Formats: sequence, structure tokens, C-alpha cells
Amino acid sequence: MTDTALAIAQAVRSGQRSASDVIDEALSAIGSREDELHAYNLVLADEARAAAANVDAQVAAGEDPGPLAGVPIALKDNMCTRGIATTCSSKILEGWLPPYNATVVDRLAAAGAIAVGKTNLDEFAMGSSTENSAFGPTKNPHDITKVPGGSSGGSAATVGAGAVPLSLGSDTGGSIRQPASLCGVVGVKPTYGLVSRYGLIAFASSLDQIGPFATTVADAAVALEVIGGHDPADSTSIPSPIADLQSALGKGVEGLRIGIISELSGDASLGSVEGIAPDVSARAAAAAQALEAAGATVEHTSIPSAVHGLPAYYLIAPAEASSNLARYDGVRYGMRVDGANALAMNAATRTAGFGEEVKRRIMLGTYALTSGYYDAYYGQAQRVRTLMINEFNDRYQKFDLLLSPTSPTTAFDIDAKTADPMTMYVNDVCTIPSNLTGQPAMSVPFGVGDDGLPIGVQILAPMLGESTMFQAAAVLEEAAR
Amino acid sequence: MTSATTSTDATDGVLPSGWEIVIGLEVHVELNTNTKLFCGCPNSFGDEPNTNVCPICLGLPGSLPVLNARAVESAMRLGRALNCDVNSSVFSRKNYFYPDQPKDYQVSQYDLATNTDGHIDLPSGTRIRIERAHIEEDAGKLNHGGGDGRIHGADYSMADYNRAGVPLVEIVSHPDLRSAEDAKAYVSELRNIVTAVDVSDAKMEEGSMRVDANVSVRPVGSDELRTRCEVKNINSLRSLERAIEYEARRHVHLYDNGEKPRQETRHWDEEAGRSRSGRSKEDAEDYRYFPEPDLVPLVVTAEDITRLDASLPTMPSARRQVLADKAGATDDEVGLLVDRGQDAFAVSSIDAGADPKRVVVHLVNNLSEGVGQLTPETFAGLVTLETSGDLSSTQAKEVLAEMVAHGGEAVAIAAAKGFEAMDGGELESILDGIIAEHPDEWERFATGDEGDRKKMQGMFTGQIMKATKGQADGAAVARLLAEKAGS
Repeated sequence: MTDTALAIAQAVRSGQRSASDVIDEALSAIGSREDELHAYNLVLADEARAAAANVDAQVAAGEDPGPLAGVPIALKDNMCTRGIATTCSSKILEGWLPPYNATVVDRLAAAGAIAVGKTNLDEFAMGSSTENSAFGPTKNPHDITKVPGGSSGGSAATVGAGAVPLSLGSDTGGSIRQPASLCGVVGVKPTYGLVSRYGLIAFASSLDQIGPFATTVADAAVALEVIGGHDPADSTSIPSPIADLQSALGKGVEGLRIGIISELSGDASLGSVEGIAPDVSARAAAAAQALEAAGATVEHTSIPSAVHGLPAYYLIAPAEASSNLARYDGVRYGMRVDGANALAMNAATRTAGFGEEVKRRIMLGTYALTSGYYDAYYGQAQRVRTLMINEFNDRYQKFDLLLSPTSPTTAFDIDAKTADPMTMYVNDVCTIPSNLTGQPAMSVPFGVGDDGLPIGVQILAPMLGESTMFQAAAVLEEAAR
Repeated sequence: MTSATTSTDATDGVLPSGWEIVIGLEVHVELNTNTKLFCGCPNSFGDEPNTNVCPICLGLPGSLPVLNARAVESAMRLGRALNCDVNSSVFSRKNYFYPDQPKDYQVSQYDLATNTDGHIDLPSGTRIRIERAHIEEDAGKLNHGGGDGRIHGADYSMADYNRAGVPLVEIVSHPDLRSAEDAKAYVSELRNIVTAVDVSDAKMEEGSMRVDANVSVRPVGSDELRTRCEVKNINSLRSLERAIEYEARRHVHLYDNGEKPRQETRHWDEEAGRSRSGRSKEDAEDYRYFPEPDLVPLVVTAEDITRLDASLPTMPSARRQVLADKAGATDDEVGLLVDRGQDAFAVSSIDAGADPKRVVVHLVNNLSEGVGQLTPETFAGLVTLETSGDLSSTQAKEVLAEMVAHGGEAVAIAAAKGFEAMDGGELESILDGIIAEHPDEWERFATGDEGDRKKMQGMFTGQIMKATKGQADGAAVARLLAEKAGS
């Protein structure tokens, strides 16, 4: 198991350890399991070694490379990296080299972090198992017959395998938190607008948010501090600097009011949705007890609209995706399949370039926006979204934080849910509400299930409530030791 | 696509009586901002293809738009100049596939437009209501190779995205226009307003102002709105007039034959003098508009409106009134000078002491290409020399041309050209000499009938002009001849 990011950065900044040594170790750890895990679409060995040499030179010159000096970090392959293939695990972006870096990529580099590779994902981040990748599935590092979750499965798996201490994912409906839960790592979906989306290849623009995976809550906090804060290149970026999250970690939860969302509790008598496994709901209950033991007040609270998130999400996200993915038309970049005229070329390219799940969602979304159906589908989903925002805001009058399971089950078998998309979509029931409300949420590992596989607990917070969220996460992390 | 089935013969000539044309115009105006609507690329016309592009206006994966505040300000100024309500608004995506569209959607406005419910008063006094004037981004341009130059017959196409993302305002009128003449007047007045608030150079020929006409016809006296056709590819005011009249005749012809026009987009072919069928609106694309999630709503405050209104210049209609009051010129002359933007120059020249009528005559006839180096003060100097008789009108014109080209004062230029005014005595002694040489002719002039008098006046004037090398003032010569003959 690798050192934490904070330990590595401290060692590198103080000259105790060279970044080159750290990177060699990380590359070797990645290589030792890559054949079985397939966490990466591309390992950036040469680039990482060059960047490490640069960090070492800075340290030698007496300069501080930054809070993530020499820390190896993996990037989900939907974040643009200048001159380096960025594929979204889709054939349609074949051969495309972005001419620019995503804002988060530049911010990590400026903080001394070193990108070691581009990780596998469900094509265009559409999926919950990383099985929808055009380049083959990623496996769960704890059991390679299981999925790592998704869509940021590669980023979760490489941190879960202990190859790197940090990675970035993107979360549109749970794509950071659910794989974090299944791979036994910390995963954070920040407040919408806290982390710049510039250079993140869009799936559903009003829901997408970049966030970190880490082995510890403290590492997740420092990573989020580095990538967060206002970016004028993203009009939806919140125009203020990010809060000091690391200082929140030792504060405990004494006096915090925490609500357990009844509808996601797994307890049918409380009106919970079906499908939340007993071992999962038991761990969420144990987490509630741990928080209570640490001084928080904990009680169940009903948020009826929470269960309507799933259908609303599966209209809004595909609707936005149908528009966002229109540009992959064979005209300017990526794959092109010839046709008799421009439209035929567009169709042939998209038919060959997109996988089944992407096509399914483009069709769903196109339908939801069609004149005559717009109000019944997209319009109705937006009204549900408003209702959810109002209900969650109302609960946050009474509670500082909310609690639920992250994923209804532990990691499932590869191929178990690929035949029926509906069974796959239900995976997101606990995570989707935070994307629709724009509010932050994170998954913290909290024990294992009956099968011995990791289970995560989800902490939800109001807009820009990251500090309080991290306070509780640190308490759960301590309790799980 | 199919071409028009209507024969050209049937659509030649004038609109049969008993029919009325109903026209609504959609006018796209390119804003003259330094940079594009959502990125920092230069907004400039005529550069090498694909040189003014970046990840944002190329719609590269991961790129995001950032709204150009200057473009918004210009659009709102135009909105106020068009008497619109300026509202808080939302950008929407208009989704359709076309190779000139980098994202395969256009960022535009749909249900919540920045400017709504305005109007333009035509010089004739007719009020044309404006439904909306919304902000949107322009597309790139395709250059088709081979075939007939259109995309469908082309062997290949090359895309130039320099224009992609250039800010546009689309001004949509109500169907209040009733003739091609009115439509021309509307577009001229709109251009006057756009240039007055300085938000666009509004050149139809360069595409910075593009006009699409929605045309239908109905029996005179009816208030129904019949099936309309949208005519595109109109590149001048003359095209606009021809396209509307053609389209109206085509509709009447169809109705006369018991047929009906299809609702469709048609392309005006200026050379052929007819429109061709484009795509039918029945199988038209559904643009699947939805709010653009990459941009935040545009909020307008009461303070913004006050600031915008304070920044507006005098509108063309008010300028026409000012000039009419000052110059006593005809509506046509006043309209022409305002269209040309020469009204302020005319007013300043009159204020500098020039005769209003001569000012208007020179501007209308001799300064259509612009005033060049002329200033209102030097122009007034010239006009005064002319009206005082120191310069003949021929001389004045020559001096004026020199002033337009190189500047300077009229007196100095006239002197340099040897255009000194003859004093009365000098002219009289020249005339006495000529009379002495031509006593018979003088007799005929002084005592002859009307015909003789006219003939001889021409002869003597010619002789005087010859002797003075054309420097004598014609009016002064005529006066002198009359005096001498009467004495």
C-alpha cells in the first residue's frame, strides 16, 4: 500500500525522498496489476518521470513545488490533457489530441502533483460499472470477478489497489461516490460550481462535477483544496475561493445534527426504496451510531422526493448528453466514417463510434426534448428537480448533514447487470439526489459486507457545506479503523 | 432538393389587384465587438480560413463558453433603440446537425429573449412592431467544391470557422409590412438605427446584415394570415424588393390555379430572378431547444436600463425632423441624407452660416461619395462664396471637389485656380468691347423680338465667357446685359 499523498508531499518537499523515486514506485505498482485490472487507458510513464525530475529540480533549487509535491495522481480519461490522448473510453475520439489542459490538470501540476495516467471509464461517463468502455472493463482490485463501479471505475480501482494515493473522477449521478464505495476508498462529489469543469468532456453539464478519490479523508481534502475555487473559464464556477478543508478535519461532530434519509435507509417500515441490501443498510446504521457516539444527534428524516431522483435524472442527464455529444459528427476531429453526403457521414460515424449505452441515452434524451414531449418529460423532470432542491434545503434547516448508503450493494459480478439497463440504473438511487440539487456528498469506507467487499457510507451536505461534511468523514474514518 | 415547379412566365409582372402582401422580416445583425460572443478570438471579416479560432469557438470537447459582456451591452443598446423591453434572459441551445456548426447546436435564446416588444416607425409614419431581438452566435461558413456550389451537389466542402461564434442579434418583426417598398424602408431604417447606436456596420453585401423575408398574400380587406414562405439568400435591398414581389406573385398564381403554397424555406436566386424551394417546414427539424446549462441567466436591472437609455444617440427619425426644420428640404432629400449619415454635417454647415438649399443640393448631388476632407466650416465658406456670386456654380463644384480630396479653404483654392470674381466695372468694359465689335447683334439683342433676344443673349454670354476664360459669373453677366440693353 502506498503512502498517503500528504506523507509523500511532506517527504518530497523536505528532500527526504525524491519525486522520481515516488513515481518509479507508483509506475511499478500500476504495472504489477494493470494486466488484470485494466484501470488505465494510458499510462504516462515518460511524462511522469520528466515531471518528477522537474519537481526534484525545484526542491534542489530551494523552491517549494506545492502541497502535492511529487504525488502521483491518476486522471479519469475524460479530462483534457494537452497533446495526450483523451478518449472518454470511446472509439469516436480516436486519435484526438486535446490542444489544451483542463483547469484541474493545470492546478494539479501547479501544486506539484504528477499525472501518471488516464484511467478507464464507462464511455462518456455513462454507466455504473466501467463495463461500457470501448477498451474493455476495469476489474475491482478487491476481487477481479467484480466490477469496480462506475463510471470512474479506473480512478477508483487504481487508488483501491494502492497503486497511487490520489485520482480524479467526475460525478454526474454518482460516478465518483459509487465506485469509491465499491473499491473501498474515499470519493467526493463537491458542490456544483466548486471545481471548474473547463476541460472536462461534458456528459450532462448541469450535473457534472470533478472530485477526488483518496485513501484517506485528509488526502481527499487537500486534493479538493488544490483543484477547487473560482475559474473564470467556467461560467458556472462559484466566484469565491475554496474553504480551508484540512482545518475542519479535527473538529469532530459534537453538537452536529445529522439526519438519516428514511427513503434510502433500506428499512421498508420507514418507506425506503427496495433493493438496498441488508449488509449495506446495517453499515449505514453503524455509521450513524458512530457519529452519535462522537457527540452528534442523529435521527431519521423523510425526504419523499429523494426517490423521484432516479427517473428525473434519467431524463435530464440524457437530454443534456444528446446535445453535448452532437459535436462528435466526424467533421472536425476523431473518427470519421464516410457517407454519401454530410448527414450520411455524421450518421455512419456516430453509428460506428458510439457504444450501445451512449446511443441509448442519446435516443432517450433526444426523445425527452422533442417538441410535444418536452413538457411531459424534460419539463416535468426539471420540476422534480426544483422540488428536490426545496425539500433538501428544508431539511438542511433542521440538519447540518444527511446520511445514507452510497451504493445499494457491494461490488457485483462482471456482466451481472449488463443485459438489463434498468437494473444498472437503480445503482444510482442514493447518489443521484446530490447531483440534481447541486449539493456536495462524499462516500467514506465503513467496513465490509457479507461477501467481505467494501461498503461506503454517504455523507450529504448543503451547498458549500464541504467543511462540515469533511468533519463527519474524518470521524467515520477514525471509527472504521 | 426539388426546384420550383411554377413557370417563370406566370410569375412575371405585377401583383394582380385584389391581393395584399403580408411580410414579416427576420434580420440578423453581426455585432461589431472586438471579440466573439463566447471566446477571445478576433471578430473580423475576410481573414485566412480558420485563423480566428480556439477550442471554444471550435466546440472542442471540454471547452466552455464565457459570455462577452460588450456583446450583451451592444445587444441591449440596440434593443432600447428599437423601443424594446430589455429583460433578464436565458440562453438556450438550438440543436441541429450541420457541418458549419462546431457543436451541432447553436447557442441562442428561445422563450426568454433579451429584447422583446419593440417597434420601428418608418419615415412614412407606419409603425412596424418588433416581436423580439435576441442574442445568438453565428455559424461558420462552408465553401463547396465541385457540383453546382451547393452542399447537395458538391464533391467536397471546406469548413471555415472564423465566423463561428461571432455575436448576432436577430430582429424579428411582426407581419406588419404590406409591400416590398415598406420592407425596404424598414430595413433601411433598421440599418440607420443600428449604425446610429454603432453596434454593427450593417452591410448586407458583406453579410454583417442578413435579411430573411416571411411572405404570404391575402385578398385585400381580409385579416387572415395565410401560409407563408421564408425567403433566404437576400443580399441587397434590391434583392429584397424583387424576392418579395416574386414570391407574392407566385403565391397569387398558385391560389388562382386552385393550389396553395407549401410552408417552406426558399432560396432567392438573384441572377435567375426567382426563388428555389429549400427544405419543407412540414418535415422541418425539431430544434429541441432547452436552457444552455453552461451559461448562467443574464440578469438586467433597472439601473442597467437607465444607463443604456442615457447612452443612446439621437435616433434617425428625430434627425430627419431636425434636418427638415433646418433645411426646408423635401422628404426624399432629408431621408437620403439621414440614410447616408450626412444629416449632422448638413446641420452643422447650415449653423456655420451656409445657405440651407445649396447645402442640401451639394450634399445630395455632389457629395454622394462622402465629404472627405471637407468640414462644415470650410463647406459653409464655399457655399457663401457661391451664393454671393463670387464663384459660379461650375467653379464652386470644381473648388468643392478639390476641398473634398485635399481639404483647405475655398477662398485660397479659388484664388489658386484663378477664379477671382470679376468686379462689375471690369466686366462692363469687356462687354463694351464686345458690343463695339458686334453692333448689329447688339441692336438685335436690345430691340429685337423674344427669339432674337434669346439668341443674342447666348451669343454675348458666350463671348464674355470666352474673353474671361469662363471666370465670369453667369448671373452677373445676365444682369449686366439686361441693364445695358435697358439703358
